[in-house]
Amino acid sequence: MTMDKEWRVEEGDLIRTRTCGWSPPGCHPVGCGMFIYTDKDGNFVKVEGDPDHPITQGRLCPRCLAMGEFLNHPDRIKYPMKRAKADRGKDKWERISWDEALDILETEVRKIWETYGPEAIYVSKGTGREATEYAPPMAQAVFKTPNNAFMMSGASCYGPRTVIGDFLLGAGYPELDYAAFFPDRYDDPRYEVPKYIILWGKSPLQSNPDGFFGHAIIDLMKRGSKLIVIDPRLTWLASRAEFHLQLRPGTDAAIGLAMLNVVIGEDLYDHAFCDEWVFGLDELAERVADKTPEWAEPITWVPADVIRGAARAFAMNAPSSIMWGLAIDTQQNGAQAGQALLALGAICGYMDVPGGITLALPSSFMGRWTYETLQFVGEEVEKKRIDGEEDHPAYAVGPYAHPDSVLTTLETEDPYAFHMFYFYASNPIAPTCYAEPERWYNAIVKMDFNAAQDCFMTPTIMGLCDLVLPVSFFPEHDGFVLPHFGRNTHFLGAMNAAVDPGEARSDLEIDMIVGKRLNPEAWPWDTVEEFFDAQIHTQYDWGFNDLREFGAFQQPFEYRKYEKGMLRPDGEPGFNTPTGLIEVSSSIYDDFGEDPLPYFMEPAMSPYSTPDLYEDYPLVMTTGGRSFVSFHSEHRQIPSLRAIHPDPLVTINPKTAAKYGINDGDYVLIENPLGKCVERARVTNEVPERVIHAEHGWWFPEDDPEAPNLNGVWKSNVNRLIPMYKVGVTGYGAPYKNVLCRISKADGYEAGAADPALYEPRASRGPESMTNGPSQPASYEVIHPE
Amino acid sequence: MEKHALLIDYKYCTGCHSCELACRQEKQIASQDEWGIKLAEFGPEKLAGEWYWNYVAVPSSLCDLCESRLEEGKKPACVHHCLAKCMEAVPLTEVPVRLAELGDGVAVFVP
Repeated sequence: MTMDKEWRVEEGDLIRTRTCGWSPPGCHPVGCGMFIYTDKDGNFVKVEGDPDHPITQGRLCPRCLAMGEFLNHPDRIKYPMKRAKADRGKDKWERISWDEALDILETEVRKIWETYGPEAIYVSKGTGREATEYAPPMAQAVFKTPNNAFMMSGASCYGPRTVIGDFLLGAGYPELDYAAFFPDRYDDPRYEVPKYIILWGKSPLQSNPDGFFGHAIIDLMKRGSKLIVIDPRLTWLASRAEFHLQLRPGTDAAIGLAMLNVVIGEDLYDHAFCDEWVFGLDELAERVADKTPEWAEPITWVPADVIRGAARAFAMNAPSSIMWGLAIDTQQNGAQAGQALLALGAICGYMDVPGGITLALPSSFMGRWTYETLQFVGEEVEKKRIDGEEDHPAYAVGPYAHPDSVLTTLETEDPYAFHMFYFYASNPIAPTCYAEPERWYNAIVKMDFNAAQDCFMTPTIMGLCDLVLPVSFFPEHDGFVLPHFGRNTHFLGAMNAAVDPGEARSDLEIDMIVGKRLNPEAWPWDTVEEFFDAQIHTQYDWGFNDLREFGAFQQPFEYRKYEKGMLRPDGEPGFNTPTGLIEVSSSIYDDFGEDPLPYFMEPAMSPYSTPDLYEDYPLVMTTGGRSFVSFHSEHRQIPSLRAIHPDPLVTINPKTAAKYGINDGDYVLIENPLGKCVERARVTNEVPERVIHAEHGWWFPEDDPEAPNLNGVWKSNVNRLIPMYKVGVTGYGAPYKNVLCRISKADGYEAGAADPALYEPRASRGPESMTNGPSQPASYEVIHPE
Repeated sequence: MEKHALLIDYKYCTGCHSCELACRQEKQIASQDEWGIKLAEFGPEKLAGEWYWNYVAVPSSLCDLCESRLEEGKKPACVHHCLAKCMEAVPLTEVPVRLAELGDGVAVFVP
């Protein structure tokens, strides 16, 4: 499949501009191919999928198809605005010029630099959007602070998986092989269709995770792939799976250990591959020797024969593949679940083989530049990063501040006080990001100065900020799409501006504009095109204008790169780990105070770790399942999308709903010792009787925007029930998808309303406070006895 | 121009709503009370021990199968954008052959 060289053409009375999508509005870097049609006056007319795009082939999801509704939305932020600090929470915004906005930002930042030091500035970034690449440079190369992160407790999104991957696999991001590197795709003679695909805590149809085109799963099902779905929910894909392991939320590591027990115990693994490329198999075999499916059944609530059947099917049908999802990140035990999962794929010999799991040497493009901007912070200030180094050395070797430690620092001002927050493509008090959101809100509202860059007014900006800069939508700017953020990137996509952005600017343009004021040495480029040229030139001898003509450039690809010295920067065969092998027993975890082998630990708040609590809160709550018509907290104000999914939904099994007198559509109060919220009942078999699923990301753009209501952001805020600082030994992973709760019928959303000013924090700010049950093995409490 | 039917290989329909939005844009349907095509959902229920969970998109009286697009050699907007590639516009005379190829779980609409 080839794309035309001409990326902008006249078609009748219209101009047709080809582009690859990313964000905003939010999505992952899937780079879906599309044509944007504008009229002679430059007005948007329509969007149409590009049939020649190698991955999406003309297909588009409903969010892109609603493009006209977001481009012309009355609520979008069209120009810079300011508001007096005394008016935080009030709708008293005043339009200002870019010059004035930059003057304010520069003055405030320099004041903080001089008075407190740059580390007193915090950049709170959003997920998945282009901001993933451009927010860390705003912190490090503009504000010169080392303090930035995506702010889920335990950095529970992508970070844990990539870090586990770095420690144990040393080969970028392991991804399902869906022939994405090949122009002829599934017809390429090198390719094989996976026989089984394990979808582990992942619902890729809705989430298009990290640049994977979700409906490629359907492409593969049509070609014969069978599914093994490991998910507490009966997803649509699970309803079509050969094996559905409907586990109790948060017990993934036990499933993984039991599957390893079967594969090793029944001698179903690839001896030749293990002999040459796997480190620590004997130790792993010993660890899982007694972790039978029968051991796992009472822990996971999955019948032993289903676990055994799935393990056998996976191991005995080569090639097969695994996709790991967010659920691996959103649990304290996630590092171990991920370790077991990688070990399973490795010992079966499915790494980097046709139809298996593709690997990569992370590329030299923006992904690397993003982190190399740390050089502008300087060594002395870098040491002041709040990264939990003493408690979580495994976390501190990574690139980010540690969100849980940051909240503790905000509240205790130890070792120093923060004075400014900058929200970069993030609406974290809406329940996508901050757990215990009232604690965050009450801490950040005390800052000297807060600012944001975004495309719509959000509760976070309305409640907390003094300045907001307008961000352009992706059809309005030039860009560079990098699936998997450079960690396993099948193609580079050209994003071409088609519509006039008015005064709005892209994230990268804002970085450059502010950067040239505050730290010009880091920003030598005059245009985004020059910047993209420099990025591409690190690997290829062509530039951004060539990429526009390619449309989507599929990168060269070879299987079994570990045999060819293509996974290590030094060009030696093997994997980029200390041993050069895939480490199913880690050679470095000991240095981090972590067990080198995977183990199971109960979620902090569970039927078995907190049985007393379970009597009062007899349901396990999982969260985070995605919808086709929104991206986390985004798209709530887009009419056609909201009409499809107007309300936050809590999914309840029919038998459970009947027990509590709840009918489909009823308002349901969900509560636990941490907090409460209200969602509407979706009564369905998608969840088992002992589990409910409550949606995240909800606020109500149509509601009163002023504090304390803030567009109703507290009413359906499921993260009010999620604790901060219940993380793993590595500092990664937190129980967003596995806490306890109870439910009852409510009269309306008002039953969930709150005023953060009246919020009473738990007695302890630290990590030891949430449960009334025993301490967990290897948990923070054991390391820090009172 | 030969009359066409809309075939939906609904065993692969994931309920993504792209057809609804594609139609809304193509036919410029602004009111949320009107639609050119709409998803129906059945299940999930256990039928004879197996999960049954299907979506089928049903075209409305506003649907002309994008006649003008068909005349230009394009697919109807819903078919073009369908994420599961489970929709197609087929000339009426070719429907039986295509149905035989697609196997079980297919719906035919002649809007």
